[in-house]
Amino acid sequence: MIDLIKTMFALITKYKNLLWLGISKTLILGIVGTVVGLLIGLVVGALRAICMKKEPTEKTWIKLLKKIVNMILNIYITIFRGTPMMVQAMIIYFGVYDFGLHWDSFIAGLVVISVNTGAYMAEIIRAGIQSIDKGQEEAARSIGMSDWQTMRYVILPQAIRNSFPSIGNELIVNIKDCCTLSTIMITELFYQAKTIAGSTYKTVPAYMIAAVIYLILTSLAAFIMRKLEKRINHTESNYFASATVVENQEGK
Amino acid sequence: MEKVIEIKHLAKSFDKLEVLKDINFSVSKGEVVSVIGSSGSGKSTMLRCINLLEMPDSGEIFVNGKNILDGNINQHRKEVGMVFQSFNLFNNMSVIENCMIAQIKVLKRSKEEAIKIAHENLKKVGMDAFADKPSTQLSGGQKQRVAIARALCMDCQVLLFDEPTSALDPVTVQEVLDVMKKLADEGMTMVVVTHEMAFARDVSSRVVFMEKGIIVEEGEPKQLFTSPKSEALQRFLGRFVNQ
Ligand SMILES: Nc1ncnc2c1ncn2[C@@H]1O[C@H](COP(=O)(O)OP(=O)(O)OP(=O)(O)O)[C@@H](O)[C@H]1O
Ligand SMILES: [Mg+2]
Repeated sequence: MIDLIKTMFALITKYKNLLWLGISKTLILGIVGTVVGLLIGLVVGALRAICMKKEPTEKTWIKLLKKIVNMILNIYITIFRGTPMMVQAMIIYFGVYDFGLHWDSFIAGLVVISVNTGAYMAEIIRAGIQSIDKGQEEAARSIGMSDWQTMRYVILPQAIRNSFPSIGNELIVNIKDCCTLSTIMITELFYQAKTIAGSTYKTVPAYMIAAVIYLILTSLAAFIMRKLEKRINHTESNYFASATVVENQEGK
Repeated sequence: MEKVIEIKHLAKSFDKLEVLKDINFSVSKGEVVSVIGSSGSGKSTMLRCINLLEMPDSGEIFVNGKNILDGNINQHRKEVGMVFQSFNLFNNMSVIENCMIAQIKVLKRSKEEAIKIAHENLKKVGMDAFADKPSTQLSGGQKQRVAIARALCMDCQVLLFDEPTSALDPVTVQEVLDVMKKLADEGMTMVVVTHEMAFARDVSSRVVFMEKGIIVEEGEPKQLFTSPKSEALQRFLGRFVNQ
């Protein structure tokens, strides 16, 4: 046990540059993947929620358009949730390469993890939207707000708040799962551990280092998400809040 | 008298269930019309058709002389305010934000103007002191008064109420009814679906009685309540006397 820890420290000091590089790549992949994935998920999830409900007054061609859009988005979600990210990475990275475009594998990794996360986020957001009381939407429509305005100002803010725990979970999953992107030569944390293990033959200590770092990163992410969640739930309102506060101070 | 709402031969079914059959009636400017009738008679559906929250199957509805199916639906909706049984304040906004959002996004008013108008209408319903409170922290009666202010902020021509006091406890019912009475006195055109017979009798200028998707009887409140002609209305009123 003591020996193991000693070896781990020795490896850490020797390879700290590699490890730092790995950590930074893992974090960038995890964070960018989650943020961009959330943006994709917001658009796709909102679109899907709009497409799945019937507006009483809509015309036939709009109904048809909604069906088609919903089908396309559904295909996207099914494919990216139903295949391993490792396989997606290989196909997308080398697929674009074969197309004659030479692109950096790190960029490819960012694209893959974002699009992959987007599929999961879309379902999280859609479920969040559909859990909002129907009266919220009717009230917004009854004062003349459009479908999109209703979504943007009334439904989505509540849906995001409600699904915040699931969104946070995606960040943690991404920090861990971007290790599968090492298949396209992205030098993230897992890749570095493999390199260290390969050149020193100290396999267990090398991966133990990776495990400890992963644990620290995910715990940190969980902690930050919990803080953010509290903050969101405590912000009583977030839209024009500052404006009315100013107004009231002037009034006094 | 200028007609604000005119409904001609309105019919609506849900699948095979015929909820509205040939509804005809109109509301003049400044009138307060109470709609009464037993549960399932189609009162809510009729109200929701006027705001196009439900699509009529056939017939025509005119608001201020314009057919509501012509032109932009959002344009139409903002002219017709709606107050719901379950209040439906936007949970992610404060009281005043509830009153501002559509002013800014739909009417394209400036933020300053929206704030000013929001305060005016919140004062009218006695809720200005709560302007910066989160809407989720209000009592039912307070929520409903804010919902009324939210509709008023759109400068709507007519207000539709769907059982605005049914979700309230008896004590708070009155504070909402008082606000509605005040609006009526100021000349607001209102259509109120209600089970509050006292409100229908004392505040409204006309009462409409619906049964099984048709308007069975309508007229002045006094006359309707004291000498109902149809058997259905006699039976309906009898239930209220017995209670
Ligand atoms: N969206 C819908 N889909 C199917 N049926 C509906 C729908 N909305 C209403 N109905 C049915 O239409 C009938 C009339 O409903 P409506 O809500 O208009 O009655 P109401 O007079 O408002 O009754 P209450 O006093 O209970 O509110 C009911 O039988 C109801 O079940
Ligand atoms: Mg009803």
